[in-house]
Amino acid sequence: MTETLDFFKNLTPTGYLFLALTAITLFSAIGVVTARNPIYSVLALIATFFCLSGHYVLLNAQFLAAVNIIVYAGAIMVLFLFTIMFLNLRKEDEESKTNLTKMASVIVGGLLMVMLITIFRAKSAQIPTVNQMSFDSKTGLVENLGRLLYNDYILPFELASVLFLVAMVGAVMLGKREAGDRHF
Amino acid sequence: MELPVLIVKGLIILVIFGITLLIATYSTYAERKVAAFLQDRIGPNRAGPWGLLQPIADAGKMFFKEDFIPAQASKWLFILGPCLAMLTALMSSAVIPFSDSIRFAWDKINYDIPVQGIEINIGVLYIFGVVSLGVYGIMVGGWASNNKFSLLGAIRAASQNISYEIALGLSLITILMMTGSLSLRAIIDEQATFFEWNIFTQPLGFVIFLTCAFAECNRTPFDLPECETELVGGYHTEYSSMKLGFYLFAEYINMFVSSAFISALYFGGFHYPFMSLVNEALENSMGAVTGHNIATLICFVVFFAKIFFFIFFFMWVRWTLPRFRYDQLMNLGWKTFIPLSILNVVITGAGLLYDFKYATWLIAIVMIVLAVTSTSRAPKRETIAQGTV
Repeated sequence: MTETLDFFKNLTPTGYLFLALTAITLFSAIGVVTARNPIYSVLALIATFFCLSGHYVLLNAQFLAAVNIIVYAGAIMVLFLFTIMFLNLRKEDEESKTNLTKMASVIVGGLLMVMLITIFRAKSAQIPTVNQMSFDSKTGLVENLGRLLYNDYILPFELASVLFLVAMVGAVMLGKREAGDRHF
Repeated sequence: MELPVLIVKGLIILVIFGITLLIATYSTYAERKVAAFLQDRIGPNRAGPWGLLQPIADAGKMFFKEDFIPAQASKWLFILGPCLAMLTALMSSAVIPFSDSIRFAWDKINYDIPVQGIEINIGVLYIFGVVSLGVYGIMVGGWASNNKFSLLGAIRAASQNISYEIALGLSLITILMMTGSLSLRAIIDEQATFFEWNIFTQPLGFVIFLTCAFAECNRTPFDLPECETELVGGYHTEYSSMKLGFYLFAEYINMFVSSAFISALYFGGFHYPFMSLVNEALENSMGAVTGHNIATLICFVVFFAKIFFFIFFFMWVRWTLPRFRYDQLMNLGWKTFIPLSILNVVITGAGLLYDFKYATWLIAIVMIVLAVTSTSRAPKRETIAQGTV
C-alpha cells in the first residue's frame, strides 16, 4: 500500500496526465465493446481516438496527433456514424449469440492476453531508458517526419500512396451506377 | 514558464475568449441590421439606442423559454449535441495569431509574448481537425431528437461537411507549399509585403477556400441542413430554449473564426501596407516598449477590421443569394472544386519549380476566357410571351 502511495507521490505532472488519460482511454475503449446501442459505441470510439491523440501529444508527436484526429475522428468516424444512423433508427436489438461463438471469442481473447503478457514479460522486450545525451525532443515534429519519409522511406511511402489510389479507383468503380441501373 | 508570462498568457486567452463571445453576440444584431439594410427596412431599433441591446434581450428570452426534451429522445445525447457544437466552435480560435506581440519588463527581464492562444507548429492542421469535429454536434443532436426532419438535416450536414472538407484541404495545400510551414504565424509573416498577400498569389485557392468555408459554416447558399422549406427547422427542429441558442450561437462563432482564418491565410493577417515603417517610427518616438505595444494594438485593430469585413461578406451573401439544390451542392463540391483545386496544386508546384509565384493566375485567366466565350456562344434563352400559354 505504501509503495503505491509513494509511486503516486513521486510522479511528475506529465505522469499524472498520462495516468488520467490512460484511465479515460481504457474506460471509453471498454465502452466501445459493452455499449448496446451502436451509436453509443461509435461515440465511445471517437472518445478513444481523442485520448490516443492525447497520448501522441505526450510523446511529442504533434503531427501524428493532429492527423489522427483529422483522419479517424474527423472523417472515418463521421462516415461510421452516418451509416449507422441510416441503418438503425433506435432499435436496440441484440442479435442472439450462440454458445459456439461465445466459446470461440473466449478462446481467441484468452490467447491474445497470454501472448501480450508473454511479450511484456520477455527480457528482450524491456523498454530502454531514455538517453539524455542523444534525446531530441523534435523527433516527432512535422519537419523531421517529412524529411524521414521523403529521404529514407521514399519507396514504401510512394507504394502506399499507389495503394490508396488503387483503393480509391476501386471504390468509385463499385459505387458507380451502370447505365440502366435503378436510381434508388 | 515564469509567473508573469503565465499571467499575461492567461489574460490573452481570456480576452480572446471574451471577444469571441462578444462578436458572436453582436453578429446576431449585425445580421438583422444588414438584412434590413439590404431589404430596405430599418431593422431592430426598440431595445436601447439603435437597438443595441437587442442581443441581450434575445438572450434573456432564450433563457426563460421552456427547456423541452422530447419523450422519445435519447436524453444525454440530446444535451450533448449543443454542448459539442459550442465546444468545437470555441476551440478553434486558440491558434489564430491576433496580433504581433506584447512587450513588457518585469524584474528587469524583458518579455515578448505573442498575442495568440498558443503557438504550435501545426496550427493549420489543428484548425482543420477542430473544424472536422464540428459536424458531430449537429449529427448527435439531430439523431438524438428522434425526428425524421432532424435526422435528415443532420445527415445533410455530415455529407456536406465531408465533401467540402476535401476541397478546403486541397486549396490550403497550395498555401502550405508556398510557405513551407504549418504554423499560422509563419504563414502570416510570409505575407509581410502587400503584393505577397496570398490573395494575389493564390486567387483561385482563395475563391475555393471561401466557398468551402461557407459550406463548412452551413451558411446560405449552403444552409441545406436547416432548410426550412423542406425540413421544418432542420437538425434543430426539436430544440428550444438555450440549447437552440447554443446551436445558433455556435454558427456565429464559426463564422467569426472562419473570417479570422480567411484573413490570416489570404489577407496578410495583422499586416498592413507600410507596417514596418509605422512600427519603426513608433518605436523611435515612444521607446522600444510603449511604441512596440502601440504598434501591436494597431495590428490588432487592422486584423479585426479585416475580420469584420468578412463577417459582413458572409451576411451580404446570405441576403443576396438563394439556396442551392442538394444535388447542385454535391456536384459543385465533387465535380468542380476538387478537380480545380488539384489543378491548382499542380500549377502552383510548377510555379515554385520555375520560381514564378503568380502562376495560378494562368488558371484564373483561362477560366474567365472560357466563361466569357461559352456565355457569348450559348444560344439565347427563348422568352415565353405573356398570355400565350
